[in-house]
Amino acid sequence: MSDQVSDQGGLTIHDRPNSYIGRGVPRPNARRLIHGRGTFTDDIKLPRMVHVAYVRSPFAHADILSIDTSAAEAAPGVVAVVTGAEFAKRITPWEGVLTHLQGMRSPPQYPLAVDRARWQGEPVVAVVAETRAQAEDAIELVQIDWKELPAATDMMRAMDADAPVIHPEYGNNLCWERNVDVGDVDAAYASAAAVVEDSFVFSRHTGVTLEPRVIVADYNAGEEKLTVYHATQGPHMIHAILSKHLDLPEHCVRIVCKDVGGAFGIKVHTYGDEIGAAVLSVMLKRPVKFAADRLESFTSDIHARDHRIEGKMAVDKDGRITALEIDDITGIGPYSMYPRSSGIELNQVLNLAGGSYDIGSYRARGRVVFQNKPLMCQYRAVGHPIATMLTEALVEKAAQASGIDVLEFRQRNLMADDDYPRNTVSGVPLEKLSHHAALAKLTGMIDYDGLRKDQAASREKGVYRGIGFASMIEVTSPSPAFYGVGGAPISAQDGTTVRLDAKGNVIVSSSVTEQGQGAESMLAQIAATAVGVDMANVRIITGDTEMTPYGGGTWASRGTGIAGEATVRAGRALREQVLEVAGIMLQSDAGSLDIRAGKIVDADTGNERMDLAEVGRVVYYRGDTLPKDYQAELVATRHYVPKAYPFAFTNGIHCCHLEVDTDTGIVKILGYWVVEDCGTVINPLLVDDQVRGGVVQGIGGALYEECIYSPEGQLLNGNLADYLVPMAFEMPDIEVGHVSTPTADSELGAKGAGEAGTAGAPAAITNAINDALMPLNARLTINPMTPERILNAIGKV
Amino acid sequence: MTETARLPEVEVSLTVNGERVTRRIEPRMTLVDFLRLELELTGSHVGCEHGVCGACTVRVDDEIVRGCLMFAVQADGTNVVTIEGLADGGSEDDLLEAFRERNAVQCGFCTPGMVMTASDLLARYPSASRDEIREFLSGNYCRCTGYQAIVDAIEKVSQSRAGGGR
Amino acid sequence: MKPAPFEYVKPSSVDDALTVLTEGADDTQPIAGGQSLTATLNMRLSAPVRLVDLNGLEELRGITDAGGVVRIGALTRYRDLEQSDLVADHLPLIKKTLPLIAHPAIRNRGTLGGSIAFADPAAEMPACVTALNGAIEITGLNGVRKVAAGDFFKGLYETDLQSGELITAIELPKAAPGSRFAIQEFARRHGDYAMAGLVAAAQVDGATVSDIALVFFAMGGTPVAASSAAAKIAGKAIDADAIASAQAALDDDLDPFDDTQCSAAMKKHLARVLTDRVLTELAGG
Repeated sequence: MSDQVSDQGGLTIHDRPNSYIGRGVPRPNARRLIHGRGTFTDDIKLPRMVHVAYVRSPFAHADILSIDTSAAEAAPGVVAVVTGAEFAKRITPWEGVLTHLQGMRSPPQYPLAVDRARWQGEPVVAVVAETRAQAEDAIELVQIDWKELPAATDMMRAMDADAPVIHPEYGNNLCWERNVDVGDVDAAYASAAAVVEDSFVFSRHTGVTLEPRVIVADYNAGEEKLTVYHATQGPHMIHAILSKHLDLPEHCVRIVCKDVGGAFGIKVHTYGDEIGAAVLSVMLKRPVKFAADRLESFTSDIHARDHRIEGKMAVDKDGRITALEIDDITGIGPYSMYPRSSGIELNQVLNLAGGSYDIGSYRARGRVVFQNKPLMCQYRAVGHPIATMLTEALVEKAAQASGIDVLEFRQRNLMADDDYPRNTVSGVPLEKLSHHAALAKLTGMIDYDGLRKDQAASREKGVYRGIGFASMIEVTSPSPAFYGVGGAPISAQDGTTVRLDAKGNVIVSSSVTEQGQGAESMLAQIAATAVGVDMANVRIITGDTEMTPYGGGTWASRGTGIAGEATVRAGRALREQVLEVAGIMLQSDAGSLDIRAGKIVDADTGNERMDLAEVGRVVYYRGDTLPKDYQAELVATRHYVPKAYPFAFTNGIHCCHLEVDTDTGIVKILGYWVVEDCGTVINPLLVDDQVRGGVVQGIGGALYEECIYSPEGQLLNGNLADYLVPMAFEMPDIEVGHVSTPTADSELGAKGAGEAGTAGAPAAITNAINDALMPLNARLTINPMTPERILNAIGKV
Repeated sequence: MTETARLPEVEVSLTVNGERVTRRIEPRMTLVDFLRLELELTGSHVGCEHGVCGACTVRVDDEIVRGCLMFAVQADGTNVVTIEGLADGGSEDDLLEAFRERNAVQCGFCTPGMVMTASDLLARYPSASRDEIREFLSGNYCRCTGYQAIVDAIEKVSQSRAGGGR
Repeated sequence: MKPAPFEYVKPSSVDDALTVLTEGADDTQPIAGGQSLTATLNMRLSAPVRLVDLNGLEELRGITDAGGVVRIGALTRYRDLEQSDLVADHLPLIKKTLPLIAHPAIRNRGTLGGSIAFADPAAEMPACVTALNGAIEITGLNGVRKVAAGDFFKGLYETDLQSGELITAIELPKAAPGSRFAIQEFARRHGDYAMAGLVAAAQVDGATVSDIALVFFAMGGTPVAASSAAAKIAGKAIDADAIASAQAALDDDLDPFDDTQCSAAMKKHLARVLTDRVLTELAGG
């Protein structure tokens, strides 16, 4: 709050006239996307551009004995064929470890496999040709002698003494282990009225952004400058990485991020095939495009989840939770992903488990192990769906063991709304949450008694309906404590520059990026409000490391909370600059003026004094008419980094109503409700659709999505026909409600909302299915809950 | 392989968004690649290349098709309309505007295919219910919206067209 | 991925097409609607030297009344079937099945002949044609032959169609008075290939069933006619006992294999559920 300055007329961003805060206005950048006039990176065509495609390992684990590229080099259109060993001479390797995750280890990794491939799909040889089709033709001509090795694919056996060790220098397949022990768990068990347990399985799934990963690298040898067009969530991060590992000065690299066709955490990592394109561009001194196709996306995009967890919860005779214990193991592939590491998801699970509840004791063990599968890393709602589901499944089981209704049980155990600031049982600080208010709001949206009556009546007819809930917390707007302290080149701050053009329009450039969430609308709404102009007079620039301030980008639900606040401050600074000039021009006290709807007005009366364009005209063209000792400025940059708390936690509650066909195992969702508290809502239209889209991704994880592997490590369903994503017909309408608890850490008070839907949905659906199946004594704690797994649980198959 | 590497190109002539175009291409070029690479109409997107995602949906002789499941050479002599042609044509302005107003677009990658499909749906079933809209869209993948906003936008256009509100 | 290079030939008559196919032998692949084939070409799962595009052959398109049967040209698209009065009037099973097949944009291009020739065991149309006891008209340079659907599907993606031959038409008997049809499938998402599906066709006289065919799809390498189960129903009324005896007979009829969505055991379970639901639907008229 130290940066807070007194506003003109005592106004904050929340009191501005003609405010866009809280208004569901359409996104300013939507029309060109709807009209097919966007520019996605694969739409970019540069002079002399060539295409790279990769030979990928057909085996999960195999030595490369020899590579013969001669036939491929002779194929039509081929420009270069480059092996992993050659790449290794042109780039320094990276290591996906964060120093604050103590003891984590992961060996140096090169863009392509050098002498051994460690997952099916790992790039091995790059083939560059005039067209993608020609590169694919030549791929078939690359001859590789392989020696297949035993693969460690089952994470539950990765630590066995006889498991193949993926990195022999480590002696075993452990990447990282973390333990937490708070309070006296054993004493809680000893005095418990009931102890409930479950074994959870969270299958591997992946992001399936509709736009696959894509990069165009353009090295200009004359300028010694690398310009990279990249579908990315973190332009400055990839900028720093390319600079470091290609040994190019930072100011000789530029990252341009055009429209991004969905990201969800998939597009914020260091992928060898993308870095490879940059290396090739430097090597060949011409633009090189790499556009992953759908098939290689499935084996080279990061995967997510893949956890096995033993969970245990104790309750006392009053129905109060007294202990939670978990043991989590997760398989992350053969390396920890750089630079975020593949330890964060497990770390989040350990931090967030039980995080909505007042629990006295907590014990957790987490182990991250290497395996011969694609790298696992941060995907939408990192760790949250897992922590939420294990907690909420145990909560409903404990409620039943206590003979208490699941909502009443939550009311007894959720953290009190007036008991903040405080910590979660795992020790993470919480500023202020609203679990009870959210629950009350939700019960006003659903007819809980009616649903229960319908459930009872339906059961009489052999129809099995269930109602499931999930209270949840969400990490948003992380401070440097997330990555920066661990040594990663990942900025926790963001910057916004706001300037006035000569006609009174406002040009905003910001370090966050747009992947469809509405970041540019958020920036425009805030800038228009802070300066005092119509949104139609605001132009937003994002996604260019040469044109925008330095900052983190768009991930971890941070854009609004962090870049939004920077924009509040930059917009106000510009307004003050404008009013200073206007005061001189009008011979009035700047403090008595304001900007409203693009006009300089008297703050008290609202009477128009001058058009904003007149300020632009005078400053830019007729500075001679201003006082000799005065230099006007019409541009301001402000940055913001959260400091008071490591994260701006949000909270919410989900409810799912569904029906299970107990003959087929097919689930039909009948109703879905969410109450979300993300603090100040800038645009309710966008926030609600973030929640809905997130819920549907959560439904994907709960019911459909799974990377199915053979024991040898071969992906069996790596195409869009066999890997099932949620489609329109099966998805429900989702009703979203809000409680608002702004963070006092910023003037704006906004927290993130991008991941709450995905965080809570698997838990609510799992609980609803188990509620439906209770009369059949069936229980599922595996995601996805496929028809077959449901029938297995019922005992019919 | 070298014997198949340079096969004869074929000439293809068709009408795209009202404009007559002729190109010499390899027969293996799909219609969506032809539109994107040869004509630089990049509004049609490539999402899977196996006919599942619907991002490449275009209209060929008044029927929507998957642009990745048809070779450009097969479109010889046809009349193709892409999202660019539909947007410029003016007849679907209410649909385009409904998508914008309802935020039925997030990243925008599926959107051209969704709009092409929605346009066909509204022509075929002017009074489709929400379930029927969802069924008709069930071959178009959207990872962002959760579909509800898209269904809302189409439903609104359906209702306003029925009410003469065009 | 992009397809491997191929030559493209677009014949202007069936004879021309047959000549090219015969000369090209195994290197030459005909393409009809292309809604399955193009995907396999794009993934380089198949790489023919030559593609013979049948789409110019108007003589293979069209739906005609041929007395006791409806004759459907092999190149007739699903969209044409959806819009056909002849199909609506005489082929109620086909009419009922069309909305289950993939999605509108696919049905606009996909053809009946292509689906029969491709013979995906999880596809609906091969099972429908089998249940209706349709005939496949096959033309080669040596002439025309007709094969009963039940004899056409030989194994996984394997049919009676020989190299150098084309399917030119499918003939389906018109629904007779008193005939009833049902189809149900269990798919995880609308329009997907089913985990399991069942087509039934029967004559129902009062409550008594005769001429019943039960044909499963996604239950093995081909459409699977469940003749033992059907025999338990024939001549009887459909009631709980008859359904139970048909379900009990399924083990003699079915030997499915696992796929990524569904194990063989699950498929056999679903077959019992389908038998119950489809027979109940049939009984209900």
